[in-house]
Amino acid sequence: MSHDHDHDNELDPFAARVRALETILTRKGLIDPAAIDIIVDTYETKIGPRNGARVVAKAWSDPAYADWLKRDATAAIESLSYTGRQGEHMQAVFNTEETHNLVVCTLCSCYPWSVLGLPPVWYKAPPYRSRAVIDPRGVLEEFGLTLAATTKIRVWDSTAELRYLVVPMRPAGTEGWSEEQLAELVSRDAMIGTALAREPA
Amino acid sequence: MNGPQDLGGQMGFGPVAPEEDEPYFHAEWEKRALGVTLCAGAMGAWNIDESRHARESLHPADYYSSSYYQIWIKALETLLKRHGFVSERDLEAGEAIDKASTPKRVLKAENVPAVLAKGGPCNRPMAEPARFKAGDAVRTKNFNRTGHTRLPRYARGRQGKIEAVREGFVFPDSNAHGQGENPQWVYTVVFDGTEIWGEGADPTLVISIDAWESYLEPA
Repeated sequence: MSHDHDHDNELDPFAARVRALETILTRKGLIDPAAIDIIVDTYETKIGPRNGARVVAKAWSDPAYADWLKRDATAAIESLSYTGRQGEHMQAVFNTEETHNLVVCTLCSCYPWSVLGLPPVWYKAPPYRSRAVIDPRGVLEEFGLTLAATTKIRVWDSTAELRYLVVPMRPAGTEGWSEEQLAELVSRDAMIGTALAREPA
Repeated sequence: MNGPQDLGGQMGFGPVAPEEDEPYFHAEWEKRALGVTLCAGAMGAWNIDESRHARESLHPADYYSSSYYQIWIKALETLLKRHGFVSERDLEAGEAIDKASTPKRVLKAENVPAVLAKGGPCNRPMAEPARFKAGDAVRTKNFNRTGHTRLPRYARGRQGKIEAVREGFVFPDSNAHGQGENPQWVYTVVFDGTEIWGEGADPTLVISIDAWESYLEPA
């Protein structure tokens, strides 16, 4: 079903509601439907977790960049041209042997769109938002990640306008890898904290 | 407000359901919902805090039974009505019947890349120095505002420590209600899991929130 489909009676009720709203606003000259097409295309094809993976790979490869990312993530990320909506104020948090970082927004779904794209449904849904702060270890188990009992967990609740990027630990056996190769090991979930970086095959 | 959005520590929602290779959108209408919401926001009649408050003001039964983009659209209809862009008659008929308020601007397709790249920074210069510094012991205030706030219930009346002084940021509690930006210093405040959850809490857990200065008092 595309938005320019002509048969409203084939739409489910909520699709019809959104369609009606778009039509009303368009007819009143308040929105430009072509702008919607570009917004959707931007988040489907241009802004996504690959941006964040490149940030992480660069931090793994370049200690000076990692240091900059630690001190001023907004500027360090902007230097790679990843800027914009929901990435205006960035903070990078680094996993260590001792501490694992996990990001949540218990109040809505604050998420670093400029480096990770649009959030997945589970990030926005009540099970994750309710439990990430009270039972993070249990939540991680549901993602298939079992941390050592001695690993400390640091949960960052995005209650203001700072957006967090978790920098996972660099896997062993990747010495001499290029940034492009390293970026392949960095999943979206690793940058939220619900996964670790992939091990080299 | 103590609305349905304030989820931290609530129980009974079941396991997290990660989806393998999840698509960005699960239906075509979700794409339009995202776009309509961003385009309508670009008219400049309301700010992000007012839109968050519109979402959390949905009836809890409605909030919990709606998908996230459904929540967006329901709140957007409220905002559009409140600011005179659509009427109840328009929505009931599914047609443009009543005359709309004049928007500050209309987001045109050619301007989308620049607008998305610019975002909406909400840090503001502060005339007054920060009241707290890193390492200070603080206690969050215990309040139960009927309006918008970004201090979650689980973190009210708790002792923590200032980990970092951030910047001055627009104060959502007033900005959501047309009462001005009133920027305040924002701090990263850390709490031990046991301070928040008490008996049975994960002893390794540390939780942080980003708190506006007026949420805090010296401990």
